[in-house]
Amino acid sequence: MAIQLKINGKPTTLDAPGEMPLLWAVRDLANLTGTKYGCGMALCGACTVHVDGEPVRSCVTPVSTVAGKAVTTIEGVGQDRVGQAVQAAWQELDVVQCGYCQSGQIMSAAALLRSNPRPTDDDIDAAMSGNACRCATYVRIRAAIHHAAQALA
Amino acid sequence: MIFAIDENTGRAEAALVNVSRRRFVQGAGVLVLGWQLPAAFAAAPQAGKADAFTPNAFLSIDAQGRVTVYAKHVEMGQGAYTGLATLVAEELDADWSQVRVEGAPADTARYKNLAMGIQGTGGSTAMANSFQQMREAGAAARAMLVGAAAQAWKVDPATITVRAGVVRHAASGRQAGFGELVAAAARQPVPGKVKLKSPKEFGLIGKSSLRRADSADKVHGRAMFTQDVKLPGMLVAMAAHAPRFGATVASYDASAALAVPGVVAAVAFEGSPHRSAGVAVLARNTWAARTGRDALKVKWDESRAYTEGSADILARYREAASRPGTPAAARGNVEAAFANAATVIEADYEFPYLAHASMEPLNCVVQLGEGQCEIWNGEQFQTMDQKAVAEYLGIAAERVRINQLYAGGSFGRRASPQADYVLEAVAIARAARKAGIEAPVKMVWTREDDMRGGYYRPLYLHRARLALDPKGRLQAWHVRVVGQSLIKGTVFEQGMIKNGIDATSVEGLSDLSYQVPNLSVELHTPDDVPVPVQWYRSVGHTHTAFTAETLIDEAAHAARRDPVALRRELLKGHPRHLAALDQAVRAAGWDRPLAAGRDGARRGRGVAVHESFNTVVAQVVEITVNRDGELKVDRVVCAVACGLAINPDVVKAQMEGGIGFALSMALHGAITLEKGAVVQSNFHDYPLLRINEMPRVEVHIVPSQDAPTGVGEPGVPPLSPALANAIFAATGERVRTLPIKTPLRKAV
Repeated sequence: MAIQLKINGKPTTLDAPGEMPLLWAVRDLANLTGTKYGCGMALCGACTVHVDGEPVRSCVTPVSTVAGKAVTTIEGVGQDRVGQAVQAAWQELDVVQCGYCQSGQIMSAAALLRSNPRPTDDDIDAAMSGNACRCATYVRIRAAIHHAAQALA
Repeated sequence: MIFAIDENTGRAEAALVNVSRRRFVQGAGVLVLGWQLPAAFAAAPQAGKADAFTPNAFLSIDAQGRVTVYAKHVEMGQGAYTGLATLVAEELDADWSQVRVEGAPADTARYKNLAMGIQGTGGSTAMANSFQQMREAGAAARAMLVGAAAQAWKVDPATITVRAGVVRHAASGRQAGFGELVAAAARQPVPGKVKLKSPKEFGLIGKSSLRRADSADKVHGRAMFTQDVKLPGMLVAMAAHAPRFGATVASYDASAALAVPGVVAAVAFEGSPHRSAGVAVLARNTWAARTGRDALKVKWDESRAYTEGSADILARYREAASRPGTPAAARGNVEAAFANAATVIEADYEFPYLAHASMEPLNCVVQLGEGQCEIWNGEQFQTMDQKAVAEYLGIAAERVRINQLYAGGSFGRRASPQADYVLEAVAIARAARKAGIEAPVKMVWTREDDMRGGYYRPLYLHRARLALDPKGRLQAWHVRVVGQSLIKGTVFEQGMIKNGIDATSVEGLSDLSYQVPNLSVELHTPDDVPVPVQWYRSVGHTHTAFTAETLIDEAAHAARRDPVALRRELLKGHPRHLAALDQAVRAAGWDRPLAAGRDGARRGRGVAVHESFNTVVAQVVEITVNRDGELKVDRVVCAVACGLAINPDVVKAQMEGGIGFALSMALHGAITLEKGAVVQSNFHDYPLLRINEMPRVEVHIVPSQDAPTGVGEPGVPPLSPALANAIFAATGERVRTLPIKTPLRKAV
């Protein structure tokens, strides 16, 4: 079926079976490979994207459910001020190691800062505990979120 | 343990290579390019591009002045790309912003790890083996740029300076960027000798301000992982794997799979003693492949499959531990010491199988042609995989071209001596080709495939006992290790198994740093457990450090000694251990009491110090255990003695990450077998550490001018014993089984 949606602000039509997870539609059909597959069960957060501004796990989100909606991926998150600040903080503090989970981390962090511009460590832990990082870059993720919050204040 | 393969014989040699300890500052100055095999300077990947200057295999500079460093080591998170580029840029006097990094293609002659003899990354050797080589590569390029400028400006090369990518002649005021000089530099002779900087002259090495070379791409979703490769016409392959190790395909029905839109074909592929056979579905996209794979009906022949469980294995290991093993280390008279002991401490330690569980599940892209094969992959053992593929296909190694990509983690898993998953991808592509499909194939494992695919850190049992004399002095140390060999059946066997001892099974115990008069370490290596095993970040030290560093803590408590004071006393003659230990305990405030817990919570502090991969790391762990026995790790203070820190911030990141990786293993990590089947499948039953469990971490680097040693792995081993020692301090409970069973006992 043809599914119309906006991806990173761009009107897009995807020809996909409705049950195809948004993750694979974005990666394989829209060729935006920054969003990652890690578990396929919403357990690790590597596939996090924004749908109408809300963070969702794209690996368990049927593409049919986002018809008519606005999807933002790591390739587009820098289009707004918050996403840009998060990406800048990530670079400033060299958060990444292998980097595979970091698209999801950044998407979750941007969503957190949009709803809570001055998060505490506990707020960060609560918002980010769905995003696993096998390299355990958590110390810097925490620091980078504070750093981005300060830059945005 | 670091290993090497003899180039001529192809045999692995157990080489506890210690190039790193040489003080490179001594006699720094003119160095002969001893490593410079003709082939190493033959051609870099960009050679032949008219407008690029490619002085050697490790870098090229284009007409815009962009410097591309070709990394012979995988970037799997450990910062190798940044480190290698720092070394080149330092001696090239490039500006950091003009440097980028690409993975080098697989090629033993040009890109071998000088500590191994193959192109591969492991044993935390990337920087140690490259330290001189990459600086020389940069210095050679610099000399040629200077030579070109001197010729053009008709001045003495000695009067030319290079700074941040600008070549200058001060007297005449002339200057040029690298880009303007590349054409002329390419015509300069390659220098036989180059002068390297003394550490005082370093402008990039040792600077914390340098940012990672891979940050920008990874932060913007641009970094290319294997999972992200898309070639024209490419099909995605997903396979049904055997449910038990050793099972084969009896028959299969692919009709439902083939009915899935987007599915192109289903092919059975052969297994090997080291690799599951299976049936693969090839489809136009990943979701179709997954749906098709799940629709396959496969009948497995399990007549020769392995059917034991972890509990069966452990029971057999306990029985083995009651018998003497093969001696791995022996000094003094252990039995006499036990006969005269006033105090004996005895304990069994249990360590489960562990899955590497990198965030990027295993995958590999293969394009087969007539007598040739091209691969796109994040390779940790480039030329071993190349050789294995060539042998499998019956073609020459040069006909297997490997394009190196980022690896989304690995922790040893993508360094398979059996090339298991790479060969599976090739086997699928070959089966597809036989069925008339010429398209490139991207093999993708699901998380479940990855978790259940074997090649685990082995399950181990240690049986240990200590003898103390009436004054509480440690007199004897006796440990029996039981567990599968990582090395047996691999190309490394001949060199790394000496007198029946696989060095990776006992490293960290057989070379115990503590001065104990009577020492015995024995090993049992069962050869009837066919569960595929493989090295895992910090290898043998994942388990040996736990036993060694909790035992010494027990000895201290039994003697009513401070655990730090006893360690100091028994580590005389080990200055790096002492330096790391002192720095960690000083920073942690070991001499001051820990702040009390609130609401009846118990607090505790534990310490451990351990050498691995020529690096010594000490850690102090502070914890809180609440009334209900819930454990919280509050703070970890870490000191690392790794020689000169090329990129101090990367070293710190490796310690932080190593601590989190080790904490994940200590609190959660366990793969269990039941009747031969792996129980765990995804992150709900093989949980990874999450941000809410991550302690505050402080990392201190012991100042040093010695050549750099490893940092990717050594941060891992001390964490779990320091944590167990903290739990004892807080609760009086000794932890001897990993993962730690939580909640701990409630407060009484």
